[in-house]
Amino acid sequence: MQAKSKTLKILDIVSVLLLAVAVYLALVYAPEELQMGQVQRVFYFHVATAWTALLGFVAAGATGIIYLVSKDSKWDIIEVSAVEISLVFFFITIVLGSIWARPIWNTWWTWDPRLTTAAVTELIYVAYFMLRQGIEDPDRRARFGAVYTIVGSISAPITFFAIRLFRTIHPVVIGNSDPGSLGAFDMTSKMLVAFMFALFTFSVIFVDLFWNRIRMGKLASRVEQLKLSNMQ
Amino acid sequence: MFIQDTTPDTSAYMVAGYAIFFVLLILYLISFLIRTRNLNRDLTTLENMKVQSQVATGDSSEFKPAGNTRHAVKRKAARPKGNKSNQVKKKVIKKK
Repeated sequence: MQAKSKTLKILDIVSVLLLAVAVYLALVYAPEELQMGQVQRVFYFHVATAWTALLGFVAAGATGIIYLVSKDSKWDIIEVSAVEISLVFFFITIVLGSIWARPIWNTWWTWDPRLTTAAVTELIYVAYFMLRQGIEDPDRRARFGAVYTIVGSISAPITFFAIRLFRTIHPVVIGNSDPGSLGAFDMTSKMLVAFMFALFTFSVIFVDLFWNRIRMGKLASRVEQLKLSNMQ
Repeated sequence: MFIQDTTPDTSAYMVAGYAIFFVLLILYLISFLIRTRNLNRDLTTLENMKVQSQVATGDSSEFKPAGNTRHAVKRKAARPKGNKSNQVKKKVIKKK
């Protein structure tokens, strides 16, 4: 594996520092929400991880298209990297959402349109890795993976717009919530700062992890090539 | 009765949320490091195997290991014996 570039090393450090500042802003700087109490602070990371994860799923779909057009294996590596990190981020989103829902909705989980579409999206991308594990031929695996991510990426905008299209109890942060939603609140300027900073931080962390994961993907590709050539 | 007059104490959920966030993130980073380490180990082993098989078969095509890895085998080992003598023979033929 080639040594890390200086830019990537700097990005690693910047990501850690930004995360520390984002935690400070979310836990200390932003004021307590009066109706929900301290648990509302989970919202900053919940939305930020969801946003980056959904963008990552859409990006994976786009790289799937590019792979099918170019047949260049580097796009397959990029696609897998985007899906893997998005999957982790989206899992964090669901877990944080569930923790927030317990005191606010009085339940860990409910089959609300937003929660259901989120769970379906997560499962679609878990199945993506199961599909890839089942195919040995690298070209075939990449082709199937590309088609799968293109189809799967449709679930990301559906999840995003679910709270705007369907009747739901999930609050809408930016825009008007459904009258039946529980846990909606108006952000103060300090809350908005913490929220925007969390969005920025997780975008940077995503780029950092993405870059590192692509490097690992290239290494895995090299190992696979050697395995195949040794078998011949 | 339905009007909430005090802020509920939900700090335990907040702590749980951030704790789980960091645990999941650290677990992912650990898995990332373990996979990278295993891949580097596999790469070293496979390159050694490739070099050994080339030495055994006398394949003259030089095997180039990947750039900055911790390879146990040097490139020199990949070269089959008698390479120099072949080059001398070629020079002699050219002179003739």
